Amino acid sequence: MRIKCPLCGERDLREFTYRGAALPRPAPDAPDEAWDAYLHLRDNPAGPTRDLWHHRAGCSAWLVVRRDTATHEIFGVELATRSRAVRA
Amino acid sequence: MRYSGFKVLVQGLTGNRGWAPVWRTPDPRPAYDIVIIGGGGHGLSTAFYLAKTHGLRNIAVLEKGYLGGGNIGRNTTIVRADYSLPGNSEFYSHSLKLWEGLERELNFNVMHSQRGVIRLFHSDGQRDHYVFAGNAIANRGDGAELLDQDGLRRLVPYLDYDNARFPILGGLLHRRGGTARHDAVAWGYARGADGLGVDLVQNCEVTGIDIRNGAVTGVQTGRGPIRARKVAIVVAGRSSQVAAMAGLRLPIESHVLQAFVTEGLKPVVNHVISFGMGHFYISQSDKGGLVFGGDLDFYASYAQRGNLARQEQVMEAAMTLMPMIGKARVLRSWGGIMDMTPDGSPIIDKTPVDGLFLNAGWCYGGFKAVPASGEAFAHLIATGRPHPVARRFRLDRFRSGHLIDEEGAGSQHNLH
Repeated sequence: MRIKCPLCGERDLREFTYRGAALPRPAPDAPDEAWDAYLHLRDNPAGPTRDLWHHRAGCSAWLVVRRDTATHEIFGVELATRSRAVRA
Repeated sequence: MRYSGFKVLVQGLTGNRGWAPVWRTPDPRPAYDIVIIGGGGHGLSTAFYLAKTHGLRNIAVLEKGYLGGGNIGRNTTIVRADYSLPGNSEFYSHSLKLWEGLERELNFNVMHSQRGVIRLFHSDGQRDHYVFAGNAIANRGDGAELLDQDGLRRLVPYLDYDNARFPILGGLLHRRGGTARHDAVAWGYARGADGLGVDLVQNCEVTGIDIRNGAVTGVQTGRGPIRARKVAIVVAGRSSQVAAMAGLRLPIESHVLQAFVTEGLKPVVNHVISFGMGHFYISQSDKGGLVFGGDLDFYASYAQRGNLARQEQVMEAAMTLMPMIGKARVLRSWGGIMDMTPDGSPIIDKTPVDGLFLNAGWCYGGFKAVPASGEAFAHLIATGRPHPVARRFRLDRFRSGHLIDEEGAGSQHNLH
């Protein structure tokens, strides 16, 4: 698998660290249920998904990668700071 | 048919013409008391103990493919009880006791071999940790011995003890650990459950779970609807998809774990050995292949095939631990889908839906758990109460903070 970092271009998988599903973060005072869901519960699809990756051995940017968990195909990569996926 | 050495001898002398099919292939009936979704190791053992221990008969196991075609046939066959934390510790200890009587219980040769599991340590800090771990194992009565380098060299002379980066200082030996023939475990439980009247229905994919007024009433399948008073989900690898049919969102993320096997070799690795620097473990199958594996690929995947980056890391670990392995040729590699929970420990619990039970989240440690998992899940389904050795495997423990985090890695799916 190779991931195309918006800042560095296409790079080897080994430069990246996977964090988990890209989900909007609840407000600090959100109820327990919201935080439990955010931290632990997952749709865990066998198909298209969005997840967070850290370009650890590159520019250190956090990325939202759209990809397929069944085929490892990557549809798109964007900077997490510009992604709607992680915004509440 | 009861198996015995005498039967094998007689059949061998008469052309093996007298063996009957090991289990029936029934069509599903319109209704059962209990429907178990998933005909893998855990589902089959659950069915067996429901029938054997609790005397229940009106049970079906629904399997979308063939019996034992999932992770029970894809693992590295290691059986051990070397956990430290309450929750895991008593559960795996109980499972090991069941393993030790399993062949007699099932009248089936699962080739359980207590060849010993050795965890290597490479630093003073790691040795201290293994003293702690060894005491925890010994206190449960499961046997652990700390070996210094000389003691270890006598058992396994072929390791690279003087490796400049990762010298081997000694190991923790768990003699009652070992391996078993993974497929035979599924077959043995399937045969046992079938013999007690359980219907094992293959090629029967569950496509929906029927719920009325908050209680389960049955399942929809590729072979028609089946009514049931109780439904049990035992489909590790696909837990999120099946649970979603009942509107549940689970604390599970699916990851790939790879395994590798070499061509058949003469006996050389007599134990299960795990390298303490970088995750790597190896044993030798009875056919002679060296069976080994390492870490997860560490990102969510259902691909059932691994990544080259992990393969390279596993091979490097193998060469660092035992350079002689460089002469062996890898025959094949494969990947299994692991239900990863946030703390690395499983779930055996009721769900918010009445009559719907969940057995999931086995991470990469489900094989050794098969006997106790089935027994504990059967107990829960039959009595409505958790089995004493599995009462901490709760579905709500992540929210309540009662984690069973064996590695102390933190509450995140991909850290275990």
